[in-house]
Amino acid sequence: MKLLTHNMLTSKAIKQVNTGYPLLIEARDVKVSEVEFNPEFIAKIIPKVDWDCLRRAAEQLGHLDKIPASVPDTYENQQEFLKQAHHVLLEIELINGDLVCPESNRKFPVTDGIPNMLLREDEI
Amino acid sequence: MKLKELESHLQEVEGFEEPKILLEQYPTRPHIAACMIHTIASSFDDIENRSILDLGCGCGMLSIGCVMLGAGSVVGVDIDPDALDTCQQNLEDFEMDNVDLINASVEEAGLLFRNKFDVVVMNPPFGTKHNKGLDMKFLETALKLASRSVYSLHKTSTRDHVLKKAQSWGAKPQVVAELRYDLPATYKHHTKASVDINVDFIRFAVS
Repeated sequence: MKLLTHNMLTSKAIKQVNTGYPLLIEARDVKVSEVEFNPEFIAKIIPKVDWDCLRRAAEQLGHLDKIPASVPDTYENQQEFLKQAHHVLLEIELINGDLVCPESNRKFPVTDGIPNMLLREDEI
Repeated sequence: MKLKELESHLQEVEGFEEPKILLEQYPTRPHIAACMIHTIASSFDDIENRSILDLGCGCGMLSIGCVMLGAGSVVGVDIDPDALDTCQQNLEDFEMDNVDLINASVEEAGLLFRNKFDVVVMNPPFGTKHNKGLDMKFLETALKLASRSVYSLHKTSTRDHVLKKAQSWGAKPQVVAELRYDLPATYKHHTKASVDINVDFIRFAVS
């Protein structure tokens, strides 16, 4: 599971959970891979990324040093920033671990890179 | 990439090892998937550099097609972990590294994401296995998760109902094409291996 995906995930489907965001990460296995750099796409999604959540997630995966502290004003033209953003959003992956709802502490296991977000009948 | 080339690549996608009848599992036929994705890309510019959700991704036929035509990112959601295993194997075989998979049902999916995807693509269950109305549940959820458009397949016999419902949910539907589809056999008492039905390929504009 890439951090771009984690940045979007909430546990709001659980009844009585208000926001369910961001999900905390308890990482066991993390993988770094190489993904083709598409600066146009990265520039497009930057406005949609919650940067604080991304920083916290990078830290929970042990990769805080890779992520810029904030988004510069003219980020669309800054290749170096876009490359770093690309690396954190798409190249660092949680393989095994848990995602934790910040309100209910409900754990969602991540196995082989796939988070299991299925809820029980009584949780919805 | 030309349509024919896309179709021949998609023929390499592995189907379900043991399809679960109750989930209406069958891989979208490579020809249909190729036509869908190619049209979405060339007629509507909704693939290249877009963030895409494949709702009910199954073995990943549509997701793989999207990546092949230059999607920015793809997330595949499915209720069945076995299907996701097959999907992941397919992604490895195709050496695709920008697809993330999530194990969730359409019930959770509506509230699962903080923001929307550009585009949702899907071939939803038609609701023929004691799950009537499931295709509309998929559509309702998809419309909540897309900021530009939803692309889906629905039985032509339900066209009026689908279009009316979509409009009531604030979307502008357009039947892009009518296709002929062979649906695999269902119950043991069915004698034919598959049955042909007419299926609408529909674009639902959200914005």
